[in-house]
Amino acid sequence: MTALIRAENLGKTFGATGGWFGGGSDQVRAVDGVTFDVDAGETLALVGESGCGKSTLGRLLLRLIDPTDGTIRFEGQDVTRLSSAEMRMMRQRMQIIFQDPFGSLSPRRTIGQIIGEPLEIFGLTRGRRARRDRVAELLQQVGLPPAYMDRLPRQFSGGQRQRVGIARAIAVNPAFIVADEPVSALDVSIQAQIINLMQDLQRDAGFSYLFIAHDLAVVRHIADRVAVMYLGRIVEVGPKRLIYDAPQHPYTQALLSAAPEPEVDTVSRRIILKGDVPSPSNIPPGCSFHTRCPIAQEVCRRDRPPLAQVAPGQLAACHFARPNPIPTGNAA
Amino acid sequence: MTASIDPALQPLAAQPSAFATLRRVIFDRPATIFALVVVILFILVAALAPLIAPYDPLAQSILDVNKPPSAAHPIGTDQFGRDILSRLVFGSRNSLIFGFVSPVLAAIIGTFLGVIAGYFGGLVDRIISRVIDLLLAFPELLLAILIAAVLGGGFWNVVAVLTVAFTPGFARVARASTLAVKQEPYIEAAVAVGLRTPMIILRHVVPNIAAPIVVLTTLWIASAIRLEASLSFLGIGTQPPNPSWGNIIRDGLNNLFGSPWPIIGAGALITLVVLAFNLLGDAVRDALDPEASR
Repeated sequence: MTALIRAENLGKTFGATGGWFGGGSDQVRAVDGVTFDVDAGETLALVGESGCGKSTLGRLLLRLIDPTDGTIRFEGQDVTRLSSAEMRMMRQRMQIIFQDPFGSLSPRRTIGQIIGEPLEIFGLTRGRRARRDRVAELLQQVGLPPAYMDRLPRQFSGGQRQRVGIARAIAVNPAFIVADEPVSALDVSIQAQIINLMQDLQRDAGFSYLFIAHDLAVVRHIADRVAVMYLGRIVEVGPKRLIYDAPQHPYTQALLSAAPEPEVDTVSRRIILKGDVPSPSNIPPGCSFHTRCPIAQEVCRRDRPPLAQVAPGQLAACHFARPNPIPTGNAA
Repeated sequence: MTASIDPALQPLAAQPSAFATLRRVIFDRPATIFALVVVILFILVAALAPLIAPYDPLAQSILDVNKPPSAAHPIGTDQFGRDILSRLVFGSRNSLIFGFVSPVLAAIIGTFLGVIAGYFGGLVDRIISRVIDLLLAFPELLLAILIAAVLGGGFWNVVAVLTVAFTPGFARVARASTLAVKQEPYIEAAVAVGLRTPMIILRHVVPNIAAPIVVLTTLWIASAIRLEASLSFLGIGTQPPNPSWGNIIRDGLNNLFGSPWPIIGAGALITLVVLAFNLLGDAVRDALDPEASR
């Protein structure tokens, strides 16, 4: 399978180039040497605690933030080397759906103008009438009446606004869409509608999602593969089934054990992690998870484990990677 | 493919038009109606001055010196026997032009500088901000006197002086608002759809910082009218014998005990018009705030 987009050793350090004053001491390593790829037509979910760098990683891929190091190959082309004009043209191929449905729509533009803007930029429709027709079509695709075209965002609910945001993203027929927690700001009752809409659109158009989320139930529904991030690094990545059923990294396992179980009769013991997530401005040496890991050994404090294959298609960064590494004691 | 229409979709309330919002804001408050009437009258009087004024504002009459109000001269005459009403009517032209030209020019220049500084940051921001700080350190009137002392009086010099004096205020407000707007996700969204930076600024930054700028403009119009009067009073603005509200007061002060009517008339008008513009500024602010106008 050919990768649509491939990140190699991608890293971002904030506060790296301080101005006249300071700099140096307050460097935050938000994303640290991340390598992964997204195949054409698939959904890769990126999960992790808040602050682990998953949103930053999504923005790096689209060069909404410029990476400090590493490369991004999109359809074989190194987008980190594109000039800003070339990058603007590339944006027709890669789009984003934002988390905040309220802030991501310009408050003084009608939703027709908002959705029509990318069409106008890339000259996808000729003339005003053609653009309105296309916007009407897009609104229909995302389940909004085209008659709402001339209304302002403030008249819509969160779920409706998120549909507008989705219509804007798919307007240019992109190959790759970063969905940055697209449903976490919505009511639970609306979340399923939006997720199903996103899946329907993907089925029809065949684009790929990088689906950033912290809700594991949502991820289980939409993802083909799952990548787990901790402190700016991917600690485990693999097919959804393997990640959920046979997690090989203790952090993945702890994360999964913290998610509520829908089945009433399963008695699962939660793995409670000790302490807080270390600050990304002061990442521990060795395995960055060793400060909270229940099975950490001396070697974990010393050597950083590489992301290595543990099962077909499944990679984990742990010296002691094996299926369900932490014994939970539930006799299943 | 057509997704089924969102079942939770509520019929939307009709969108109030901008005109309807404006009408509501104006007619909800009697003070705003009053302000609007004063401002419209002010503009009409200035525009139609030759038709309204009963006498030539420059015509002197040795027989009618220092007259109190009468049927022939509704606000009396000054020490040269000139009709005060006529002078006030013609003086409104200078006040109006000064009052509008400088704040509007300053709003355009200041917004441009402030948005550039706020959006791009870095060295550009440092340079613009320091110059703004420097200019803000001087009171407008002092700055105006300083520049006028160097350039001399005269219409365009005074316009230039007031524009320079007002620009930093606009630049500072525009910069602060731009910094706030720049953090909004819709700016990142505009970058993500591939919009060019100048278009991002024009379409997504400027409309969203316009409200405080427009309010500031109406407030500075009031200040400009006041400052023109001050400068004319100090002899830098409108030069005699041409009337402006400021130099009517100045001339009147020399002759306060001969006739108080020039000062009373011009003072009342300045107060009225400045008050009206301030009230209008409040109304415009309320009308432009998208959250408050729901």
